[in-house]
Amino acid sequence: MSVVQASHVSKSFGPLLVLDDVSFAVERGEVVVIIGRSGSGKSTALRCLNGLEPIDSGEIIVADIEVTARDVDLRRLRQEVGIVFQHFNLFPHLTVERNITLALTVVKKLSRGEARAVAEGALRQVGLIDKLHAYPEQLSGGQQQRVAIARSLAMSPKVMLFDEVTSALDPELKEEVLHVIEDLAARGMTMLLVTHEMGFARRVAGRVIFMHAGRIHESGLPAQMFGDPSTPELRQFVSKTLG
Amino acid sequence: MAAGDWLLLAGGAWRTCLYSVAGLAFGLTLGLACALGRQSRHILPRLLASAYVELIRNTPLLVQIFLVFFGLPSLGFKLSAGQAAILALTLNFAAYSGEIVRGGIESIPRGQIEAAESLGLSRWEVFAHIVILPALEKTWPSLVSQFVLMMLGSSIVSAIGADELTSAANTIQSRTFRPFEVYGWTTLIYLGLTIAFTAGLWGVAQGLFRRRRVVGITLGVR
Amino acid sequence: MLRDFAFIDIVSLLKATRWTLLLSLMALLGGGFAGAIVTLLRVSRVAPLRRVAQGYILLVQGTPLLMQMFLIYFGLALVGVEVPPVLAAGVAFTVYASAFLGEIWRGAIESIPRQQWEASAALALTRLEQLRYVIVPQAIRIAVPPTVGFAVQIIKNTSLAALLGFADLTRVGQLINNVTLQPFPVFGTVAAIYFALCFPLSLFSRFLEGKLHVGRAGLARQ
Repeated sequence: MSVVQASHVSKSFGPLLVLDDVSFAVERGEVVVIIGRSGSGKSTALRCLNGLEPIDSGEIIVADIEVTARDVDLRRLRQEVGIVFQHFNLFPHLTVERNITLALTVVKKLSRGEARAVAEGALRQVGLIDKLHAYPEQLSGGQQQRVAIARSLAMSPKVMLFDEVTSALDPELKEEVLHVIEDLAARGMTMLLVTHEMGFARRVAGRVIFMHAGRIHESGLPAQMFGDPSTPELRQFVSKTLG
Repeated sequence: MAAGDWLLLAGGAWRTCLYSVAGLAFGLTLGLACALGRQSRHILPRLLASAYVELIRNTPLLVQIFLVFFGLPSLGFKLSAGQAAILALTLNFAAYSGEIVRGGIESIPRGQIEAAESLGLSRWEVFAHIVILPALEKTWPSLVSQFVLMMLGSSIVSAIGADELTSAANTIQSRTFRPFEVYGWTTLIYLGLTIAFTAGLWGVAQGLFRRRRVVGITLGVR
Repeated sequence: MLRDFAFIDIVSLLKATRWTLLLSLMALLGGGFAGAIVTLLRVSRVAPLRRVAQGYILLVQGTPLLMQMFLIYFGLALVGVEVPPVLAAGVAFTVYASAFLGEIWRGAIESIPRQQWEASAALALTRLEQLRYVIVPQAIRIAVPPTVGFAVQIIKNTSLAALLGFADLTRVGQLINNVTLQPFPVFGTVAAIYFALCFPLSLFSRFLEGKLHVGRAGLARQ
């Protein structure tokens, strides 16, 4: 059973068709990267997977939970799916530790001590254990994003979604975040990333999906997608972004 | 002014404080309910809360006090002047503070709410952990201003015979026939109360919002 | 002599409303003129002038309007000037408005980016010329919504004149209530009249605020 299974998903924002009969699957341990121009529907596709965006038609099953069911248990779903956002979305009034332990205590009902231990483990993995008691505004953008990754990681999700997580960072801060993501991938986390970092995608992706105007235009191995694109749209996209 | 008069003023000032704090506590609670009501997905709470806020904010406090004190007994509720005063101040403060807090709630970035929901928190948990304290922190200066306005406005309850600072001053000056002197001192006492409450509420903010103590006051909405 | 609340009472109330409007206009115009002076003092580069304005504002904003009214009424009587209550009330409202408007307008001026000051200074304009030709014209747009909002406060505050015995809308309501003992119809009508005066202004203020933010967003994009 795939960890993520999307079948014939369509979605419109008013008159605008954002997702047009999109189908894809992600297997356990796979790292799938979605690329495409702005407005191609990539972020929307990602956000449908954890119930942030409702869809008009189609079926989505994530971690054996039917996301599209009317009575879907979002609480259970969101413990299995982690998501990291472009603008970090850390909670500014809470310390780094509390940012991470909040959901652990409130949703997973861990004790404060247990939650703290898990938080420390996650922070160690992203290399920020010394920032346990800092507030988000005391951290750089790259550090904040790493904390955001730790926050999702601490929930032990079955799959992690990354929505253009380096787009809002200054160039010199992107590296530390990409490093953490590569490390996660090496440890076997099932991941779905939307990104503009083509070099990174080529290095890390097990499979690449190219979206164009709401449809999946092409998909395949990174070497083939970047080295020898089949469709003109992908060819144009690759030449524009890789120069 | 005799020593006994000062004592009377002190007692009046104390009662003004009690009325104000009661108005704050009950009023803020009701105000929060109003704010949530205005954001409800159902049309009835939204309409009721909006109508309530507009009615209070577009009519004078004095008229509201008269309606409460003279009107409610005609419906069968027996109210003392003090009880009517607290009720009127509560209803009044709720409308204003509710709007202030609502602005704060709406200013919480959508992204943080999405992040919290994505971690599995329910709507109520998101509100309790992510929204309410930052909203209060952002709107604290406005809330303090509104509190001072209410505290000073409580002088109006003297019109229905409630015992507080202004009514104490009225009593004294009607006996001593030195109104300017009496009201002069009374005004200074009110000024002192304003300064004391403002400082006190700033202290409450420091205690309530831990982040401020550590990082400083940067999380503001101007 | 007890009788029912009748149409003739509504007419009396509407007649008394003229006084409410008169007092409001007086406070707005007088307070506006004085408020402009307060604003200029408040943004002055001469420190003592700023202090005076700050002290004035603190005194007016930190004490009850009711006390200010009493002080002016009895204070003038003390120096031998016998004023009718309406005049004392009018002066008090003017002073009150001048302090609040002074603060509102100061806020508007201070929200103009300092680049505007720098650019106009670089063109060799004096401070007064900077204010007159560059800063104030821009600040006026920002100041209009809160000023309109404060006009609502002025109208409501005129109800305090009733506590000096002046026959304004609220006082006439009190008198009619004493005769009819029907507080809900009487004060309900009083409240409705105030609402009819204030609500349109409140809506207008919010409308202006909305337009302002659209405009400012465009400005910010430059």
